[in-house]
Amino acid sequence: MTTPDVLVVGGGVVGLATARELHLAGCTVAVVEAEFAGAGSTGAAMGHVVVMDDTPAQVAFCRDSRARWIAWFEGGGMPSAAEHDPCGTLWLAATDREWAAAGHKVRTLQQAGIRAELLDAAALAEAEPALKRGLVGAMRVPDDLVCYPPAIARALAEELIGLGVRWIDRRVVGLEPGAARLNDGTRLGAGSIVLAAGAQTTALAPGLPLVPRRGHLVITDRTPVRVHHQLIELGYLDSAHSMGGASIAFNVQPRRTGQLLVGSSRELVGFDPAINHELVGRMLSRAVDFVPGLTQVPASRTWVGFRPATPDALPLIGPWPALPGTWIATGHEGLGITMAPTTAALIRAGITGSRPPIDPTPYLPDRIMPAQDHAA
Amino acid sequence: MTESRRLDLVVVGGGPAGLAAAEAAARHGKQVLLIDQAPRLGGQIWRHRDGDPLPRVARDLMRAARPPRVSLALGASVVDAPTPDRLVVDFGGRVATVETTAVVLATGAMERFLPFPGWTLPGVVGVGALQALIKSGTPLAGARVVIAGTGPLIWPVAEAVVRAGGILELIAEQAGRSAVVGFGAALLTRPGLLGRAIGYRRATWRAPFRTGSWPLRAEGGGRLETVIMGGGGARESRIDADWLATAAGLIPRTDLGRLLGCRIEGDALAVDAAQATSVPGVWAAGECTGVSGDEGARIEGTIAGLAAIGITEWPAPLTRRRTRTRAFGVRLARTFAPRAELRDRVEDSTMVCRCEDVRAGALDPAWEFRQAKLWTRIGMGACQARVCGSACSFLYGWDANTVRPPLEQPQLGGWARAIMASPPRDGPPDSLVPPES
Amino acid sequence: MIDVVILVNGVPRRVTGDISLAAALWRLDQVTFRQDTSGAPRAPLCAMGVCYECRVTVDGVTGLRACLVQVREGLAVEVPHD
Repeated sequence: MTTPDVLVVGGGVVGLATARELHLAGCTVAVVEAEFAGAGSTGAAMGHVVVMDDTPAQVAFCRDSRARWIAWFEGGGMPSAAEHDPCGTLWLAATDREWAAAGHKVRTLQQAGIRAELLDAAALAEAEPALKRGLVGAMRVPDDLVCYPPAIARALAEELIGLGVRWIDRRVVGLEPGAARLNDGTRLGAGSIVLAAGAQTTALAPGLPLVPRRGHLVITDRTPVRVHHQLIELGYLDSAHSMGGASIAFNVQPRRTGQLLVGSSRELVGFDPAINHELVGRMLSRAVDFVPGLTQVPASRTWVGFRPATPDALPLIGPWPALPGTWIATGHEGLGITMAPTTAALIRAGITGSRPPIDPTPYLPDRIMPAQDHAA
Repeated sequence: MTESRRLDLVVVGGGPAGLAAAEAAARHGKQVLLIDQAPRLGGQIWRHRDGDPLPRVARDLMRAARPPRVSLALGASVVDAPTPDRLVVDFGGRVATVETTAVVLATGAMERFLPFPGWTLPGVVGVGALQALIKSGTPLAGARVVIAGTGPLIWPVAEAVVRAGGILELIAEQAGRSAVVGFGAALLTRPGLLGRAIGYRRATWRAPFRTGSWPLRAEGGGRLETVIMGGGGARESRIDADWLATAAGLIPRTDLGRLLGCRIEGDALAVDAAQATSVPGVWAAGECTGVSGDEGARIEGTIAGLAAIGITEWPAPLTRRRTRTRAFGVRLARTFAPRAELRDRVEDSTMVCRCEDVRAGALDPAWEFRQAKLWTRIGMGACQARVCGSACSFLYGWDANTVRPPLEQPQLGGWARAIMASPPRDGPPDSLVPPES
Repeated sequence: MIDVVILVNGVPRRVTGDISLAAALWRLDQVTFRQDTSGAPRAPLCAMGVCYECRVTVDGVTGLRACLVQVREGLAVEVPHD
């Protein structure tokens, strides 16, 4: 058994995009995945590729990564099961304060070279007749897109195996310099090891500033109630956001299947898979408030996922000084799908010594971060 | 939306087990609510319209389990349960939380469906389905019917087809002749059942009966037109038909039990001698604990209804009769287990998941069910894998028992309001969240 | 049992009043209850609320199982055209 140049731990979209990038850069690559491609956070994700603008580092990252997704889809490299839908995002303003924030966001995005525009109340009502009346307006980001992450993970895994990347159907139980120990007792050497195991990465890299942040999603049956963009409220800007308690926001996504996907919630409860009914009830009631027609739509299924969250809301990408030869690619919280392609490019640049697509320093895993507030 | 009154017992399912449970608890003066999805009591076996003949025991139980002794919620479903003592019930569009001290699950059994080419055509149904359709008013006069499958359930349905004026083109049993004869011999020890069996065959004597035969495929344009039969090396035969009623056995209906967290044994809810499940406050009776017929279901229902209100002593004959009916159920399952050749009917183009239109060619038996689900959408649809789950278990050996709330696709708004009223576990949300991918 | 009039795609149809909507549709020779993603017809498989093949729109509410609905005067059902 030859020693690969790089061993990627984790077969989610982040790990698979990274493995692909490294393979295309000429490295020999192996992927270790304990379940199957897309079994973890990828399988629970919403599939919204979106530019977020909370910080300049976040805008830069999302802009680069979204462009890579668009190129990927437009290049025809994805199966139809990936359910690519270039529907764009509408950020809804319910108050004058949110409307002012929307104006500010439009300027921020435009300055970063990202298309964004304001829709007033009338234009919004025309664009999304299913929304309640009385909203002040919205920001439209037309180039955001929606996709189906598990199918993308599958397509990537099959592509990689076809390219000769080794797929190892095992769990990594420990790391040592230059090698990973697997649950079958074997030891697997590698030039570099990339940890892309989502929220579970801390099991292999203790001390990583990362916690699982649980989210709920509800999908409806196929319904004639239609929305034409990913719809998100700007309301979260108005609330005091903390790492602490449970929170919700209105977030509805049209699926290519004719279903609607309804979010979102955040809680710090470890890896508890139990449904928090009260929180789901609030989340859905908020969705009904924004899209009144949702109230009669049959609800099909609820699930939870665990986002890998960091204290400063930026991902952890780069070498892990605690264990030389080990690289980290996680911490994307709710933006793992959006940020996967650029994460892959940053890891490739780091490992092969090539030029990074964006300045990597804001995302280094050993950067200085605000004190963690993970007690809740 | 929370109902203020706390009930002593909620019984889910209005068939023999549920009726017996509700009646037993009500007899002791307890506040009982009986919930059933159907518009009338009786379950599948005692499904009826006004004026239909019913066994005396059925009439007695239905008379006893009525207001004011027992509150009834018909056309209603339990759609969620934040905790076992708080059931979220969809009362025909109005969703509300019901608080109760105890729950008896009497959710019965459902038909197992095995995919074959053409099984999605209108007119291809389960035998239980055909019986239910007849009982709920579907006209069959002059219709050509093929009944093909396995087990004793095909006989009462064959009789019902004849009585409804249908033309029975064929009755086919997939089990071999020796198995059928052996089972018939076993019936000699159960005179009541033997009598029923003889009566059914007498009523359907004009119809040809084949053993070791099964449908290979069904054909038709917008609906069923032709059934192609085969099996056991016999030559294929084509039979023109309006209905094909298939029978691949019954499986316990356990989704609510699973949602509540009850332990499963085999494919049924696990219960102890007092019909208690693994979850405190939850009992189960009848076919959701193992398929063994209506007599056993009634006995178990009585025991469960008593145990659920704290009465843990019941007449010893009840226990003995329960043991006997369970043994009969085991024998039934063994004799009429679907034969392996039924797997060979499935072609790449055969639909497996009817909700999400996933065909067999898209599936790899080396996968596990969750992998297939995420990769192909199988089992993600409205029925939550109730149909394709047992099919995949037969075809690929997958354990497909995933249940996620809500059950039964309630309207989103009513369900949301009902569960929002649940007491918060971790305090109310204190902020809103940003979006994500 | 007295008859009732239901509306099938807006057309008044008389059916006996004590039957399920699934039975009523069969009685009216309407054998397509819904269509799959390719447009192929689907009709009841289980007739007892399990399979969801008989989903129709009743009085504007989508996704209701015809096998669990009793007909009643004025009920309006929408189904694909056969």
